[in-house]
Amino acid sequence: MFDPVSPAATPIRDLFMLVFAVIGIIFVVTEGALIWSIVRYRATGDETTEPPQIYGSNPIELAWTVIPIIIVFTLFLVTTRTIYSLDMEEAPEGALRVKATGHQWWWEFAYEDLGITTAGELHVPKGVPVFVELRSADVIHSFWVPRLAGKIDCVPNRENHLWFQADEIGTWYGQCAEFCGTQHAKMLIRVVSENENEFNTWVAKQQEHAQETPTKLGGKETFLALACVNCHNVQGVSMEGGFGPDLTHLMSRKTIASGVAENTADNLRAWLQNPDNIKEGALMPNMMLTDTQLDALVEYLQTLK
Amino acid sequence: MTNVPYNPLSSKIHEWVVTVDHKKLGVMYMVTGIVYLVVAGCEALMMRWQLAVPNNDILSPDTFNAFFTMHGTTMVFLVGMPILLGAANYFVPLMIGARDMAFPRLNAFGFWLFFFGSLLLYFSFLGGQGLTGEEGAPDVGWFAYAPLTSTTFSPGSATDYWVISLFVAGLGSIMTAINLVATILTMRCEGMTLMKMPLFAWMMLVDAGLILIVLPPLAAIQIMLLLDRQFGAHFFDAQAGADPLIWQHLFWFFGHPEVYILIIPGFAYISEVIPVFSRKVLFGYPLMVAATVSIGFISLGVWAHHMFAVGLSPAVLAYFSGATFLVGVPTAMKIFNWIATMWGGHIRFDTPMLFATGFVSMFVLGGMTGIMLAVVPMDWQLTDTYFVVGHFHWVLFGGLLFAIFSGFYYWFPKVTGKMLNETLGKWQFWFLFVGFLLTFGPMHMAGFEGMPRRIYTFLPDRGLELWNMLSSVGAAVQVFGFLFFVLNVFWSLLKGKDAGDDPWDAWTLEWSTTSPPPPWNFAETPSVLSRRPLWDLKHPDDPDWKYE
Repeated sequence: MFDPVSPAATPIRDLFMLVFAVIGIIFVVTEGALIWSIVRYRATGDETTEPPQIYGSNPIELAWTVIPIIIVFTLFLVTTRTIYSLDMEEAPEGALRVKATGHQWWWEFAYEDLGITTAGELHVPKGVPVFVELRSADVIHSFWVPRLAGKIDCVPNRENHLWFQADEIGTWYGQCAEFCGTQHAKMLIRVVSENENEFNTWVAKQQEHAQETPTKLGGKETFLALACVNCHNVQGVSMEGGFGPDLTHLMSRKTIASGVAENTADNLRAWLQNPDNIKEGALMPNMMLTDTQLDALVEYLQTLK
Repeated sequence: MTNVPYNPLSSKIHEWVVTVDHKKLGVMYMVTGIVYLVVAGCEALMMRWQLAVPNNDILSPDTFNAFFTMHGTTMVFLVGMPILLGAANYFVPLMIGARDMAFPRLNAFGFWLFFFGSLLLYFSFLGGQGLTGEEGAPDVGWFAYAPLTSTTFSPGSATDYWVISLFVAGLGSIMTAINLVATILTMRCEGMTLMKMPLFAWMMLVDAGLILIVLPPLAAIQIMLLLDRQFGAHFFDAQAGADPLIWQHLFWFFGHPEVYILIIPGFAYISEVIPVFSRKVLFGYPLMVAATVSIGFISLGVWAHHMFAVGLSPAVLAYFSGATFLVGVPTAMKIFNWIATMWGGHIRFDTPMLFATGFVSMFVLGGMTGIMLAVVPMDWQLTDTYFVVGHFHWVLFGGLLFAIFSGFYYWFPKVTGKMLNETLGKWQFWFLFVGFLLTFGPMHMAGFEGMPRRIYTFLPDRGLELWNMLSSVGAAVQVFGFLFFVLNVFWSLLKGKDAGDDPWDAWTLEWSTTSPPPPWNFAETPSVLSRRPLWDLKHPDDPDWKYE
């Protein structure tokens, strides 16, 4: 958060510097007075009388009432100005709109204007503001990518917003910041910012239906025959689900299980065999698949590019 | 009827179980609190073990979630509350020259409600089922946010245990608070006007008032949640269209004043310790009273600063930010008044004063990080991270717990008639102090690096390894501090020096009676002329009442 790459996070970093300076001074003065008293007024053991009793002093006490009031009033003004200037509820001009929905325990990202639904990985063009509509499908979650913006909660039955703008190319990590149950710890977010061309290529690819690649082991049939389709959608193949992540372009994503494991054949297999292998308590059930089914499914999933 | 032979042990137990004596009840409260402190400390140790390295698997996610829920719930309701109520129970009547509390039977009833409520909470480890329906203690967090607590997401009975046990224990606290207010308002000895009470009594009056205002709303929402879970009501059920933020507003209306309910007694203990060990009268008593009362009032209007990230409108954010800053003002007054009391004194660094000084220095820092959290945009980055964990442990451990130890070393001689060992006390202080800095300092850094709270594990290569390892090492160092404490208590009870009536050369009424005080407290009902009756006795040529 001290190395922001977004105009939604930079003013917060600047506020940090200001507040550090103010409280630094208060800290030095207060602890200084305390340490001075400890050192200077430590009993030596040969005092014969009690020290002079001082019951109070109106001017001094007034001073340390008024000075803190002035300090906190100043901080209050600075805070209020920044709240209004960041204005998280208002979409910046020309913003890309994304709907982020928190699920136990993964993120769904829907670009409704572009007709794209994906999970775990949010692709954005560099230098373009992104206005995120925050929703929850179950309990309260919180969307937080420290280098891009502060966090805002996803609350059921409410619509919250935040915006950010990635000014550099890169992958920015974040994760759910509100306790949301068993696997709150493994509900990661990856924001990938790329230049305009790469982003447009990505969009075009994501808008396509699932590729029809012939498979040797009949994975697609296995996929359709099992309960997979009750939760997972694959555009052009089955749209019965929606409870779990959309798998149409699964292989375009670097990770599975909400950023916890790399998207490799081995991890896919381990995950299908028993999701608890990777994420204990995940809501995807252990389907008790046979080795043949596992091989077929992994082969099929790897065609979903 | 048969004659039961006399049995010294069962007669002793009987004496404690049926007692209505405020001192015995106070001791039982405090001992219960210290036992739960050890229990909750062990839960924290397990969490630090799990978080020492990334991707650790000492604890399963559900066990970890249960431990942080129980650690928080225990520390607030079963450690902070009983210790403060116990100390108030024991010392308020003694300090205001009363024979007992206003309602001794209500007092006993309150204690036993609290005691059995606490047992019920811990029975959930055996009898409850958590979020996944597996056996375990409550694992929805001590704040129990809706809708995670609804039966859909939390099908097991652990959440019901959490609700019912805290409801029962809370009723006990409400009764004791009523008792404290009645006692302080009606039972003061001759000459003790409100403005001649020891500051301790003032702070307990404000504290009990706060309990009376905010615990009933907590009880109410707990009952509402129970109705939701057991009878299909829809107060907090998001799937039936409820707004889950209602729970947060009502919970924090209790939850924020609760932290002041916990810390004000800390202020009370060190406001007695600092003057005695600096050999000076408390600087600015009327301002201290005013600051305490205003902290009480302001604390009722700041709750939504726990909710800056839930999507409140800018005007609401600005109000709650401003109100939160405002708490800093009376708090600053107190800190400066304590330092001014030390200034120009002859400071004796016995263990109570060591802990009191530790309190002031650490509390300043905890206040500073509190200011940072009140700056709303900074809070958007910091809330729900380890920075917040660091912040409130700085205030409640470096603040409250140090103040409790300060008071413990100060009043132990009065309660038991024995002095605690100074050498062991100093070892305890330094181990705890270093362990504390090492545990909670790095947590702020982990928060800056982006580590959220309440996660049972974290990934490598995100800049978190070092800070978490340091925190865990610090927790291990603290263990030694606590061992010295336990050792000291047992050793001193058996072999400690006799304390006499007034070992610290102090000034308030409790030191005018024997150690331990007789059941009737004072042989003769005292009457006072000033805030420091024993000072007047010891310095007849220059008594306080001339200046007050």
